[in-house]
Amino acid sequence: MSRLQVELPGLSMKNPVMPASGCFGYGREFAPFYDLSTLGAAAVKGTTLEDRFGNPTPRVAETSSGMLNAIGLQNPGVEAVVAEELPWLGHYDLPIVVNLSGAEVEEYVQVAKCLNESEYVDALELNISCPNVKKGGLAFGQDPELAAALTKEVKQVTTLPVYVKLSPNVADVTEVALAVEKAGADGLSLINTLLGMRLDWRTGEPILANQAGGLSGPAVKPVAIRMIHQVRQVSNLPIIGMGGIETAEDVLEFMHAGANAVAVGTANFSNPFVCKEIIESLPTLLDEIGVHTISQLGRDEVQV
Amino acid sequence: MKQENMRVYSHRHIAEQTYELVLEGELASFLQAPGQFLHIKPPGGELLLRRPLSIAKAEPELKHCTVLYRVEGKGTQQLTALSPGDTLNVLGPMGNGFPIAEAQLGETALLTGGGIGVPPLYELGRQLKQKGLRVVSVLGFSDRQAVFYEEQFRELGEVFVATDDGSYGRKGFVTDVISQEALSFDWLFTCGPKPMLAALTEQHKAAKGYISLEERMGCGFGACLACVCEPLSPARAGQTFYKICKDGPVFPLREVKL
Repeated sequence: MSRLQVELPGLSMKNPVMPASGCFGYGREFAPFYDLSTLGAAAVKGTTLEDRFGNPTPRVAETSSGMLNAIGLQNPGVEAVVAEELPWLGHYDLPIVVNLSGAEVEEYVQVAKCLNESEYVDALELNISCPNVKKGGLAFGQDPELAAALTKEVKQVTTLPVYVKLSPNVADVTEVALAVEKAGADGLSLINTLLGMRLDWRTGEPILANQAGGLSGPAVKPVAIRMIHQVRQVSNLPIIGMGGIETAEDVLEFMHAGANAVAVGTANFSNPFVCKEIIESLPTLLDEIGVHTISQLGRDEVQV
Repeated sequence: MKQENMRVYSHRHIAEQTYELVLEGELASFLQAPGQFLHIKPPGGELLLRRPLSIAKAEPELKHCTVLYRVEGKGTQQLTALSPGDTLNVLGPMGNGFPIAEAQLGETALLTGGGIGVPPLYELGRQLKQKGLRVVSVLGFSDRQAVFYEEQFRELGEVFVATDDGSYGRKGFVTDVISQEALSFDWLFTCGPKPMLAALTEQHKAAKGYISLEERMGCGFGACLACVCEPLSPARAGQTFYKICKDGPVFPLREVKL
């Protein structure tokens, strides 16, 4: 077995690195840059029942060591994703995680059902933490009971492993983590973006047309590390860790905190080669710290 | 599309808050069409996103390409510190440029640019002139201090400059100059702020030609969906949105909602 191999429910990954949902489209834009089979897995763009245009522009604003986005879950709808996008990406040798979202429980359930029709989906990621849609999304992620109920409903209609993507916009992330674990989640993804805002200093007007947006990039990394570490104290669920990862060193830091795999988000935008470069750098780093296989990293099991 | 640490060949101030940067590297041999852009990483390290700068002049034989930029914020401010010999991380060439295959010898091309939308029209004009077209340029700026590249455009053909406050050239907008001079043309090529593009499209309802759009971009290669726009007719386009970075930034006239 390769020293970078990690095993998570539904995801047999040749290395722990996947591009994060929303930062990779459905893969097509990255294919010119490197062989996508290099990746440990891929988490594709947030998918809803119907196609969505998303929010008006401007949709991004830069901040120190980070960026705000308010794309608004633009996607072609699950039917088109199943018919056109997944078969294309499915030709590569990598497990696919489909991130799904909805305005209400029923929509998540419908999307999950439609995804049963595709042979190319290896796991679902429930997006209960998107700050950029008016209905649903984040509302589910901020209420442990709603999050648990949603997880339970989706679990009932799918045989795929379900990862729940948690929001950092909560007082205590462990409450939501434990609630969805109890409801049957197979894994957790954290963190989604932090709610933020920027104004034009001349006019006082928001820079994003949506006014507020989600903060990502290295600026949020310490928050992610803290939250993963916190969740790892109370749960043994597999964790896909994300939030500002830019380097192989960051990957090891996330795994020390308790992540079993990682997702790289914003860094893909400024350096489309970043996932490949990180994967290539991992063995040397492991040598440096005297670790043979990357799955040795991480935390001891907690007693729950 | 390539990523390269390009070398700064020259860098000079050409107008108020506006600079000309000549970069040297292999990437300069890959430029396909005028109107494409380079996606440039600000050198400071603190800013994540690249800055899309359109290519004003391509000299593949020298491995040079020229971009012009106006200082708008921290990223472009960081660029001003570059000196010859410094390197800059560049991804490019990006996007689709102006298609000029259909433009014929002897035809007239009207280049209409506003502010920092002027630069891509320069390389376009060079190529059109080389094809034997007559090139007429109408360039709009906010005021006298903002005017640049007038001489360069004059080498291509007749040039009219307009300023918003009348401090240089004609007072008014590019559309005013076009009607005052009753300029006629076979092709209309334009780049600049959206209101200018909309006014031109309105003024020349039947014209053949292309517009180039500006927008805040994230990745520049179609992954982040930050810079989208809507087709005027989604049915005809066969899709509900365009990515400006990847499907554009150049579009045929009357193709997108302005």
